[in-house]
Amino acid sequence: MPGCIFAPYFPPEEPHKFANVHKIFGASNVTKLLNELLPHQREDAVNSLAYEAEARVRDPVYGCIGSISYFQRQVHRLQKELDAANADLVHYGLSTSTPGNVVDLVFQPQPFPPQPLNPVYRLSGASPVMTQQPRGTGGSYGTFLPWNNGHDQQGGNM
Amino acid sequence: MNPKRCAACRYLRRRCPKDCVFSPYFPPNNPEKFACVHRIYGAGNVSKMLQQLPVQTRAEAVESLCFEATCRIEDPVYGCAGMISLLQTQIQKTESFLARTQAEITVAQIKHSQNQHSEFM
Repeated sequence: MPGCIFAPYFPPEEPHKFANVHKIFGASNVTKLLNELLPHQREDAVNSLAYEAEARVRDPVYGCIGSISYFQRQVHRLQKELDAANADLVHYGLSTSTPGNVVDLVFQPQPFPPQPLNPVYRLSGASPVMTQQPRGTGGSYGTFLPWNNGHDQQGGNM
Repeated sequence: MNPKRCAACRYLRRRCPKDCVFSPYFPPNNPEKFACVHRIYGAGNVSKMLQQLPVQTRAEAVESLCFEATCRIEDPVYGCAGMISLLQTQIQKTESFLARTQAEITVAQIKHSQNQHSEFM
């Protein structure tokens, strides 16, 4: 139908995309959400809603949170390994040549359910490796949009 | 009927029955919790989702729905998919730093053993 707000984002060859979104969020809620966004933001919004809806269909209890928890554990594990490796470098009398400014994403309080109403970014070095994306403005996340990486990136359940 | 309506029934301006699916998870002293979930998912969808779950998993499901709804309100474009994206970026960068540091350690270990060898000579 002309002027259909969904048409650009839900192609007929992907019926499951809309089916999931409709099942979890409802068509009218999605319409409201999209109408509150600028046109250039809507495609990413739809893709993120579809991603979350699919995660919720696969895991009706935890949805996306399972993935977040899995990735947070990975971040903590890697940070510990990096700290240990840097300590080894110091042992050899070398200063850590890595910038050491990996940004920690710390949610308070921990652990699940994480309540990152105000996620805290802790800088451990001179300058951030990545800058905090402006919230609520649809700042670009570059190539690391989860729906571009395939569902293998969703990680395990909690 | 519950003597005190749960936050959901209060928000929806209806009576709160004894078997209200929302009342164990949306206490009347936290109206924002239901408002947030209702805004993103709608009461009907949340009710359907909860009814399809075993009772012992519903509390966790509500907490995760609240979390995702909060993320979506704070970031209407990316919601918690944005958080996943940031975590994946952080993982990639940390792995890269780790690989570089481990390579430097290997070089340092080789130099160290070469120095020790030349001292014996």
